[in-house]
Amino acid sequence: MDVLNAIVVLANFVIVPATAYGAQLALGALGVTLIYGILRFSNFAHGDTMAFGAMVTILVTWALQAAGVSLGPLPTALLALPIGIAGTALLLIGTDRLVYRFYRQQKAKPVIYVIASLGVMFVMNGLVRFIIGVDDQRFADGERFIISARTFREMTGLSEGLAIRTSQGLTLVVALICVVALFWFLNRTRTGKSMRAFSDNEDLALLSGINPEKVVLVTWIIVAALATTAGVLYGLDKSFKPFTYFQLLLPIFASAIVGGLGNPLGAIAGGFLIAFSEITVTYAFRRFANHLLPEAWEPEGLLQLLSTDYKFAVSFAILLIVLLFKPTGLFKGKSV
Amino acid sequence: MTQINGKNLLFFGLVAALFIGTGVMQSWNTMLTILNMGLISAIMALGVNMQWGYAGLFNVGILGFTALGGLAAVLVSMPPVPESWAAGGPRILLALAAGAASIFATVMVYKKMPAGLLRVVIMLAVLIGGFMIYRAIFDPARDAIEAVDPALTGYLGGLGLPMLLAWPVGGLFAAGAAWLVGKTALGLRSDYLAIATLGIAEIILAVLKNEDWLARGVKNVTGLPRPWPVPYEVELQEAAWFLSLAERFGADPVTASSILVKLSYGMLFAIVLLVLIWMSEMALKSPWGRMMRAIRDNEVSSEAMGKDVTKRHLQIFILGSAICGIAGAMMTTLDGQLVPGTYNPLRFTFLIWVMVIVGGSGNNWGAVLGGFLIWWLWIMVEPIGLWLMQTITAGMAEDNGLRQHLIDSAAHMRLLTMGLFLLLMLRFNPRGLIPER
Repeated sequence: MDVLNAIVVLANFVIVPATAYGAQLALGALGVTLIYGILRFSNFAHGDTMAFGAMVTILVTWALQAAGVSLGPLPTALLALPIGIAGTALLLIGTDRLVYRFYRQQKAKPVIYVIASLGVMFVMNGLVRFIIGVDDQRFADGERFIISARTFREMTGLSEGLAIRTSQGLTLVVALICVVALFWFLNRTRTGKSMRAFSDNEDLALLSGINPEKVVLVTWIIVAALATTAGVLYGLDKSFKPFTYFQLLLPIFASAIVGGLGNPLGAIAGGFLIAFSEITVTYAFRRFANHLLPEAWEPEGLLQLLSTDYKFAVSFAILLIVLLFKPTGLFKGKSV
Repeated sequence: MTQINGKNLLFFGLVAALFIGTGVMQSWNTMLTILNMGLISAIMALGVNMQWGYAGLFNVGILGFTALGGLAAVLVSMPPVPESWAAGGPRILLALAAGAASIFATVMVYKKMPAGLLRVVIMLAVLIGGFMIYRAIFDPARDAIEAVDPALTGYLGGLGLPMLLAWPVGGLFAAGAAWLVGKTALGLRSDYLAIATLGIAEIILAVLKNEDWLARGVKNVTGLPRPWPVPYEVELQEAAWFLSLAERFGADPVTASSILVKLSYGMLFAIVLLVLIWMSEMALKSPWGRMMRAIRDNEVSSEAMGKDVTKRHLQIFILGSAICGIAGAMMTTLDGQLVPGTYNPLRFTFLIWVMVIVGGSGNNWGAVLGGFLIWWLWIMVEPIGLWLMQTITAGMAEDNGLRQHLIDSAAHMRLLTMGLFLLLMLRFNPRGLIPER
């Protein structure tokens, strides 16, 4: 019996990574849910938008690194992030002007937007592959750890170590800032309020003189900021590979739907729910159990519910359960 | 339903000219390779067109249904591995049965018990207990099977039946998966179905990649037997009648045998395609088809007429997915191997969508035309892109970094081009090349 070590093992392999991953998913899901609330369609290009934002940031980071600029212990990518956001915002606004605005004027059915977003996804994916290629790119620099496993062991005298990577701590801080800023914007500013009004009741909003084009423009800029931040944080934490970003689409959608599409608070809760279930279900609990159980009872197997390759199955299963029992999501979102 | 008019014939003529042009300019062998995959793509487009064009359902899990078809090809045609069956075959089946039984028991608990906390607790207990039992039987059986000569087999093998049988079985597999997805996601908003299909496709692929006992996972199953009338090149090259035939045409026996094999595949695929088109056209003309289009055009009024919209949607979703499954089995037959690593959603799901939108949604002939045209472009954009890049960069120095990068990136041009095709078509000609009448 060694409760403390068991908790540390759990924190090291489940809680810390899941919190970071959950924050990344939440940022992604916030983007999806905003587009859904304002423009009323599920944006399949969101994963590739994240990839594009991360790519611009990486290119700027490399330029900064080459120029010898650095943030000391923090990754240089933070400095490049605003430029990445600006680049992505330009791309998204351009896409809106060229693609989506036409369908808005036509009052097309939502599914037409979704198909258009497929086309956009193709183009963005092609652009990213064209510019940076399909390979893994590493762009993290600065300190690797806030606490490394060895320091933690020396500090506490426990046999298990707890490592917190800079990218994980950074993810949480940046995500928190983003979310606070977003909620402040939505609830306190005039533009934010008009966005919420537009999302709640489009006709009423138009009647009160809200300019829909401005609302859409602001939405795309915010989405660009959220997507780029999510993409860069994910890239810093894991690594940047265009195809993984496409695959993130499923957990992100699952987070947004589980929380209730169109509901920002739900997107955050959904992100953490999906991340924690994914990691808990695919984590091998053997070491955790070894600390808790008497030696004679030590388990033979890995105590892993599902192999990590099935992590998509977890988000999918949660998605199915929510769709079956509560199609509007855990927090009240829009349906139909 | 399609009128035979000048414009439509012209389109088909143009696509035929593209293929013949490829035959003359490059080689007939290349052209037949593209044509065979074009036939399969046309069948997939037909299936998607049923879902989208007839009923307005948005399916982005084509990849999964295709992969299930491929699995069917392996499970039906490969010879069984007796050692593996002896090692753990019955136990695996027992484990799967236990898993299915626990899910069934959970559903029964949900249906029979009154709602409340107690029901949730019992459901969870049944599910978790069932999962433990399943894993307890399954894990040792799987390890035993995968330990049998892992370099060659390490899986249960198939049934050793004729390959042609695998095609309808592939359809059945896909239909089963489609039922599961449709049952949950249909009747909700349209994009939920899209997301659910995206998910099931990822899961099917994960199963194919990781369940080695089933179809060897990423170790791939190779050397699938060919369907009945298709000969093997090696045998052809030894047959006297074939050698004399090749001599009469003045052709190299090796090339000629390869062409003959591809031709026989092409004939088989063409027969399937024609039968499917005929069936879909008949269905579209029938009262059932009219009902489908009525539902698509106005769900509310169809419901008022007493039509069960969700049930009809489920029906057509299963039918369309089954066609994708058949096409998937055919594709694995053509390749002669199942390689789960090559299943890429961009290539299998989204490209088929470009075919349907460009060809003409709601029109079977349009979907078929789109299938051929887009597949040809997909193959040809790469060499064309490479040529374009070389022309653009011709003025730069040989070792120029930008030039190298541009030439290397030419391969990614196809995604960009296909995306542009889709967007332009959707914007300027949303009804497609051959619109619905």
